[in-house]
Amino acid sequence: MKTFNPIRRGYLALEEWFNISFGGELNPLYHLGSLAFFFFWVVLVSGIYLFVFFDTSVSGAYKSVEYLTHDQWYLGGVMRSLHRYASDAAIVTIILHMFREFALDRYRGFRWFSWFTGVPTLWFVVTLGITGYWLVWDELGLYVAIFSARLMDALPIVSGSMARNFLEGQMTDRFFTLMGFLHLLGQPVILIFALWIHVKRLSHVEISCPRGLALGSFIALMALSLYMPAVSHAPADLSKVPANLKIDWFYLNIYPLLDIWDAWDVWLLTIGITFFMMIMPWLPPKKTGAAAVVHLDECNGCGQCADDCPFDAITMQQRTDGARWEYEVVVADNLCAACGICVGSCHSSNIFRYKDKTLETGIDMPQFPVDEVRSKTAEVISSIEGDTKILVFGCNHAYDLKQINEPGVGIMSLICTGMIPPSLVEYALKNGVDGVLLTGCRNGDCFYRYGNIWMDKRFDGDRKPVLRERADRSRIEVFRAAETDGKKLTTKINEFRQHLESLDSQANVTQHDAATQEVQNG
Amino acid sequence: MDKVMRIFLQAINFTVFMGVVGYFSIYPEFKYLQDDEAMITLAIKHASQRQKECRKMSPEELAKLPPNMRVGMDCPRERSPLDIDVALDGKSVIAKNIESPGLHKDQTIDIFESIKVKAGKHMLSIKMNDSVRVKGPTFTHEQDIALEPAQLLVIQFDTAAGKFIID
Repeated sequence: MKTFNPIRRGYLALEEWFNISFGGELNPLYHLGSLAFFFFWVVLVSGIYLFVFFDTSVSGAYKSVEYLTHDQWYLGGVMRSLHRYASDAAIVTIILHMFREFALDRYRGFRWFSWFTGVPTLWFVVTLGITGYWLVWDELGLYVAIFSARLMDALPIVSGSMARNFLEGQMTDRFFTLMGFLHLLGQPVILIFALWIHVKRLSHVEISCPRGLALGSFIALMALSLYMPAVSHAPADLSKVPANLKIDWFYLNIYPLLDIWDAWDVWLLTIGITFFMMIMPWLPPKKTGAAAVVHLDECNGCGQCADDCPFDAITMQQRTDGARWEYEVVVADNLCAACGICVGSCHSSNIFRYKDKTLETGIDMPQFPVDEVRSKTAEVISSIEGDTKILVFGCNHAYDLKQINEPGVGIMSLICTGMIPPSLVEYALKNGVDGVLLTGCRNGDCFYRYGNIWMDKRFDGDRKPVLRERADRSRIEVFRAAETDGKKLTTKINEFRQHLESLDSQANVTQHDAATQEVQNG
Repeated sequence: MDKVMRIFLQAINFTVFMGVVGYFSIYPEFKYLQDDEAMITLAIKHASQRQKECRKMSPEELAKLPPNMRVGMDCPRERSPLDIDVALDGKSVIAKNIESPGLHKDQTIDIFESIKVKAGKHMLSIKMNDSVRVKGPTFTHEQDIALEPAQLLVIQFDTAAGKFIID
């Protein structure tokens, strides 16, 4: 039984609320990464427009921004507001993304790399925003410039005082152009590179969020931009100190600390938090199960497992065993999440093969081989008592199936539902089960990213290996349940039982009618 | 769920989201300076005096050197620390004693230090010592100043002219 985790429960309650509001497909919490990308696209497009009118000189920068904000409010002003608010929304989205991964314990074990590289990526985003505020060259820009310089001055790598540049008469267009270059080109390129590294160990990376979500987010951004247009402070005056500042707390939150702390203390705090967050995957470490093993004798090198692997752990290479196939499968142990999705992908995992001897498949999980899955399924089926027998397949990362206490129900928990070969369901139906209910992680929220998506596609006939036509679909039900969805799952099981009973009674009536007809026909 | 109801709920969620974004984008306001405060910034860039005076080399010492290195003077590289004290109405507000940077302590000292002070009229006095060979200040400056709220007063030092610039 899973331990009670209030953070996880709280997150799941929020997720449920969004499921009610948006439905599973558009739930923003399932698309936080791609939503952040969407906000970046908005920032990029609006930024390009602003750049067309932006003057990268000390004397011209503020005026050009003011022109965009006021004289061209209907387009330039809106673009400026979109630029700002999309940047802020990206930070909120990224922080939620991190919180989600933390709450669901998806930052340790095989996921360490994405977490480890994601933390500094957040800083790249923040520094990009900081230079953006600088470029407006209003009082806030001056404040950001001076205090950024003080932060830099505290580092032993910078000789002389950078803050001196912001004394009256010292500020030059060259310095300002350098900042413009950093914000417009240097930092975005670094950020793109960091994002590429961040998703390096994933396959089928989703960087486009669903159209409905993108549209809703854009309308919301537009509404905010029109209701509360982004405006500047008074122009930067080097003879005056910026006194009252409307700070963007998403990007500039560490700056007020410089008012009470030494620059080095602020560095220590930020470096300390960053370092702590980066090492979180090892506090404590999480063990990943044994990596998938390949049985070349059963592998025809079709590449379906490589295509299905959500973590890019499987590659195809030239055959080395002399078999007539062109390719063979190679598993990178250090990348393998041990999810077993590849087992469900493999055509050789057909449960009806090798009925009387050990079922060996092309790629298998040492901790729960497909042969053991078959024998355990048979064992569970034989232990189910009652008139209507239901077998529930689930996974180890969603609702704990052991808590199901319903008569006539057997449970089979696998590493991931993506591990289920479609033939296993057919096997269960042929071996005395009246119905099969497939559960597991909520739609769009698979612990192993694509397990339930691939499973659905296989059952719908859209992805190999498919569930055969002859399998009775009316006796197969899919209902996803997270750890807080126990009541819903129980209700669903009972509904499914009633459905199966009605199917059986219909079948009995049909049989009875046929027998009567036969008697009447003599 | 009814589509209209779902759109209504989505609108609520987006409103909350954008409310958070819009609010923290500018609020709460940060007051860096109080209404009756001004700021004094000490921005000194100055190469202090050598710790030891240059010494003329004897003909014997010169003879030991390669011809291209016979410059005639032996000038120890190490420079003095810079000791500076800025006082307002007789009360010290910035006091610094900084070693010359560099492996040989021979680089220019760069100080950039700001302090918030009450706006209004004050007597500004600066004392600076840039030589270990001199006891007491090598440069001093006194001036009456009137600071407006939010005014930035910058104290710099013109090494060539040997005087402070108050701007």
